[in-house]
Amino acid sequence: MTLHESLFLPQGDDGARAITKLVIMAVGGQGGGVLTGWVEAVARAAGRAVQATSVAGVAQRTGATIYYIEIAPEGVENTVFSLAPSAGDVDVLIAAEMMEAGRAIQRGFVTPDRTTLIASTHRALAVSEKMVPGDGIANAEEVMAAAEIAARRLLTADMERLAVEQGSVISASLFGALAGSRALPFEREQFRDAIRASGKAVELSLRAFEAGFAAVTEPATAVAMPEKEPAPIAQAPRGPAKALAAWEDLLTRVARLPAPAQEMARAGLRKGVEFQDVIYGAAYLDRLEAVAARDSADHAYELTREAAKYIANAMAYDDVIRVADRKTRAARTRRIDGEMGKREDQLLLLTEFFHPRAEEIAGLLPARLGERIENSGAWMARLDRWFNKGRRIRTDTLKGFLPLYLIAGLRGYRVRTRRHVVEMAHLDAWLATVEGYREQDYALAVEVLRCRRLIKGYSDTHARGLSKFDIVLDGITLVAGREDAADWARRLREAALKDEEGKALRGALDTIRSFVG
Amino acid sequence: MAERSFKREVEDLRLGAGETFTGEGILAITKALLEAGVGYVGGYQGAPISHLMDVLADAEDLLSELGVRYEANASEAAAAAMLAASVHYPIRGAVTFKGPVGVNVASDALANLASSGVTGGALVIVGEDYGEGSSIMQERSHGFAMKSQFWLLDPRPNLPSIVKSVKQGFDLSEASNTPVMLMVRIRSCHVTGQFETADNVIPPLSVRDALSNPRSDFERVVLPPFSYKQEHDKIDKRWPAAEAFIRENGLNEMFGPQTAPVGLVVQGGMFNGVIRALQRLGLADVEGNSAIPIYCLNVTYPMVRDEFLEFASGKDALLMVEEGQPEFIEQSLATMLNRAGSPTRLHGKDIFPMAGEYTGQVMLDSVTTFLKQAAPQLLPGQVRAPNAPPPEIPDLSETVPIRPPGFCTGCPERPIFAAMKLVEGELGKHQISGDIGCHLFGSLPPFEIGGQTMGYGLGPASNAAFDGGGARRAVSFLGDGGFWHNGLSSSIGNMVYNKSDSVAIIVDNYYSAATGGQDLMSSRADNPTKATNNPISKALEGVGVKWVRQIDNTYEVGKLRDTIREALTTEYDGPKVIVASSECMLNKQRREKPVKKKAIGEGRRIEAPRFGVDEDICTGDHACIRLSGCPSLSLKTLDDPLRDDPVASIDQTCVGCGNCGEVADAAVLCPSFYRADVVHNPRPGEARMAGLRRSVIGWLQARRAAKQVSFDEVVQ
Repeated sequence: MTLHESLFLPQGDDGARAITKLVIMAVGGQGGGVLTGWVEAVARAAGRAVQATSVAGVAQRTGATIYYIEIAPEGVENTVFSLAPSAGDVDVLIAAEMMEAGRAIQRGFVTPDRTTLIASTHRALAVSEKMVPGDGIANAEEVMAAAEIAARRLLTADMERLAVEQGSVISASLFGALAGSRALPFEREQFRDAIRASGKAVELSLRAFEAGFAAVTEPATAVAMPEKEPAPIAQAPRGPAKALAAWEDLLTRVARLPAPAQEMARAGLRKGVEFQDVIYGAAYLDRLEAVAARDSADHAYELTREAAKYIANAMAYDDVIRVADRKTRAARTRRIDGEMGKREDQLLLLTEFFHPRAEEIAGLLPARLGERIENSGAWMARLDRWFNKGRRIRTDTLKGFLPLYLIAGLRGYRVRTRRHVVEMAHLDAWLATVEGYREQDYALAVEVLRCRRLIKGYSDTHARGLSKFDIVLDGITLVAGREDAADWARRLREAALKDEEGKALRGALDTIRSFVG
Repeated sequence: MAERSFKREVEDLRLGAGETFTGEGILAITKALLEAGVGYVGGYQGAPISHLMDVLADAEDLLSELGVRYEANASEAAAAAMLAASVHYPIRGAVTFKGPVGVNVASDALANLASSGVTGGALVIVGEDYGEGSSIMQERSHGFAMKSQFWLLDPRPNLPSIVKSVKQGFDLSEASNTPVMLMVRIRSCHVTGQFETADNVIPPLSVRDALSNPRSDFERVVLPPFSYKQEHDKIDKRWPAAEAFIRENGLNEMFGPQTAPVGLVVQGGMFNGVIRALQRLGLADVEGNSAIPIYCLNVTYPMVRDEFLEFASGKDALLMVEEGQPEFIEQSLATMLNRAGSPTRLHGKDIFPMAGEYTGQVMLDSVTTFLKQAAPQLLPGQVRAPNAPPPEIPDLSETVPIRPPGFCTGCPERPIFAAMKLVEGELGKHQISGDIGCHLFGSLPPFEIGGQTMGYGLGPASNAAFDGGGARRAVSFLGDGGFWHNGLSSSIGNMVYNKSDSVAIIVDNYYSAATGGQDLMSSRADNPTKATNNPISKALEGVGVKWVRQIDNTYEVGKLRDTIREALTTEYDGPKVIVASSECMLNKQRREKPVKKKAIGEGRRIEAPRFGVDEDICTGDHACIRLSGCPSLSLKTLDDPLRDDPVASIDQTCVGCGNCGEVADAAVLCPSFYRADVVHNPRPGEARMAGLRRSVIGWLQARRAAKQVSFDEVVQ
């Protein structure tokens, strides 16, 4: 064997404390490898011994990836580096996404005694968050709260946005933030040199680098930049004078509603008027006022407020006319131009994907006729033969735009369609159920209102939503009268939003059946 | 063309004596092979050594200059078999693949090679895919060395040590007439560093020369009675020769003081982790000078008995640091101590966890435990009796979602699984087996298609039992990589011969995509040194598959769905194979992006597609995501008090593959999606026409807006 004899006496202190340990946690495809290369280049150019490792592997395909860098203290040549980070032994942690910051904290790589945590606040949602039929998005605030406790220094900004605004990628803005953090003993210019030496997209990378640098060194400007898109400024409505006058009248009716419900009622009213017209808006307020009249301040008008929301959603159902209307508006054309970054000298071809079925066609017919056809298997089959196929419609051409424009023009006729009659019957039955519970259990009535959230989507998804709505309302009859009925109603609704097939919902119902016997 | 190009880095392979190489572990290994005078190289890609294959491919010019033969072998078995060139000829050969799965595949050839013995040095470089970042079952390659008696090197994980072990490996192989396996772990493959280079060596005997003077010797053929002789030869001659070589050339190393009450025996690959634990305990300095003796096994098989007993002698206790299970080394050391009647106590897996990676924490905890038991006086007081409790940090385990790998943005495999999910929606759940490759991500949410994987190219074979009627036919997936690796014979041939009434879907993305986009036989690219463009469908016909459906655009979800449905419901009762072909999007983008950019710059007409969602039409039920999981199709929380659930939203990373629109249509989901094609440099006539259309449409829009109450922003 080869002998490397040494006489080294135990010293009590961490012998590797002088090595700077830096971890990068990213999502596959974010350029964690590029960032690692830059950090390494900075250190090496400064004459430091440095080592980088990664375990990208198959995780490069959109999975969580981790890179690790160790930088030796000045003047030490033959450092023994570790190949992997250890919990409680990390000086700088760069998280290229908020949940990856959470993962870093969870793994113990962020500790209050020493870790500088540089985290991008943006989210790249995991599949498990996105596929939930309801709202499955993980709570970033919890991660932020934990980060404030776990990190010695916490530097956060939306590094993704900062980079994209400069036409670059997040690795560059994070590198800037690392330079700005002063966590490494190198000067700003040395960092910039590393980018220059890499020779790829240097100018754009340097711009994103500066944005990242500024975000952590001049936090005031960073904070001043909006974290999310600004709320659209409430537009004054436009339209014929007579209709606008009617709109003003409707607003005064909203102002007479209980104060806690007014804001929601204004949004609901607007939705109804946009969907149809001011007369429809008035019908919305009729229904809402009926609820308000039976409501009281005892419960801070919660029922009215929720009714304002869900009656509006129920009344502005997603029929063919509404879809055609939204697809043919001028504001949409402008929005898409902006989103796609279309320049004046470019054209934009726009393709829509429609797949009408017999149900949509029947729903568009006059109520009586539509009902007869819906009840006739032969007619429905015929309609399916005629209409049921995928259609690609180019709405930037007149040939594609005009049919949709004409369908959108059927607004006035809408209230006579089969779909409208079905929707209104469903709405009234549901409101009657709510009213049925109100006297006996106010909280339960509120929960039944909220169940409207289950009805969404088109075609099969819509049918599944309706059936879940029915199942939940049936389930509620089992618990009605119990002290905790409202709580169970809420649980049923939340379970229904957990998965597509309704597994969680069936589980919740089984639990209920087990105790109501 | 591989995902990552090493064209620039391979220039460093030309560095001469006394120069400094800076770079990644795998490049250092390649350089070491050239410095060792290797005569032929080959292998099969797979993490963590995929890049080694890519480096070799990119270095083909240099290799041919040196007279080195490079082969991109069809499988690990083919790669190991290639080492046969070193049986009779004094030519050094090296192959590489991942371990242990690659070694599984190669084991037939490796066992034969080990029995025959070698004349020229034969080196197998194994990327041990174990621990964090691994994509396979957690096992060790170590057992293969033990069962076939070839030698296993596990060098310290730094570039100079790895480079040295390549050369030592060849020398050891020649000195003991035995193939040698050099094991590098995931992180060592990607570790960066520097080493001093030597000149490249032209192989003294090239494969070309060998062919001019062929040799044979029937005593090297694995046939009785020579096979019996070969077994004895292994034990009586080759093994002692290896032990002597290891000892005389100091392949293993000793660190720290000569005398101490305790010592550590470590696999070379574990050395840095052990030093870090000692550093944190104040028992080693930054350069790795240790207060505790360390016997570092750069050769983990065979053990050198005398060397080990010498190290053990005079010590009360030893700790064996051996990652993975079972604890082969520890067992053999225990036997040595026992037979020698040594009083030294041996610890190992009684302190370390039997299963799992030796992370920094595991290493620190276990070394501490050992020292507390065996030599507490060496530990600092703080460790012996800690006083400050660790800070309390909120538990995020319920908050942070798991993030397994998945299909990339625009992946052509996504629509295949969307179509399969739609068919299952119609016909019910099926028995489905997966295979190795990116398509195995189909077994994860949101698709959850495929319940098992039995090995590369074995998807259809693993459904062989399910052919006894039943309500629904069994379905299996197989990638183009797996098809050429092993699938054509073991899976498809098996189906044909056994008249299997089941369905196989071959996912053809033109590359060995999961391992980094290497070319394979059916790749569409023209490769100057390899024969590509051999269609899978022709191979299927060749082996006798009668029912073949070739799909040339996997993004046509409706057509795929209909084809899968047909395969599952047709009267035909023989094997049914669907070949679903579209190019890997990562590679396609890499190929097309610069071309498109250049074309736009030159003023040529280019359409750039991207998808979008009308957020006021999307109702937030996320059905589209359950048929996609695309990274660019995400969610957005609207600033609208009437909305409870976030709506779908497509970001600017969308490559316009078309899956969203196709799925929305095929599954009759919703009309929210649109495709916007921005036309760069439109033709003048086209631009005029579009202008005209826009003004007519604009007039119609304004006309209607004037008649109804609208809250849309004002037209500029």
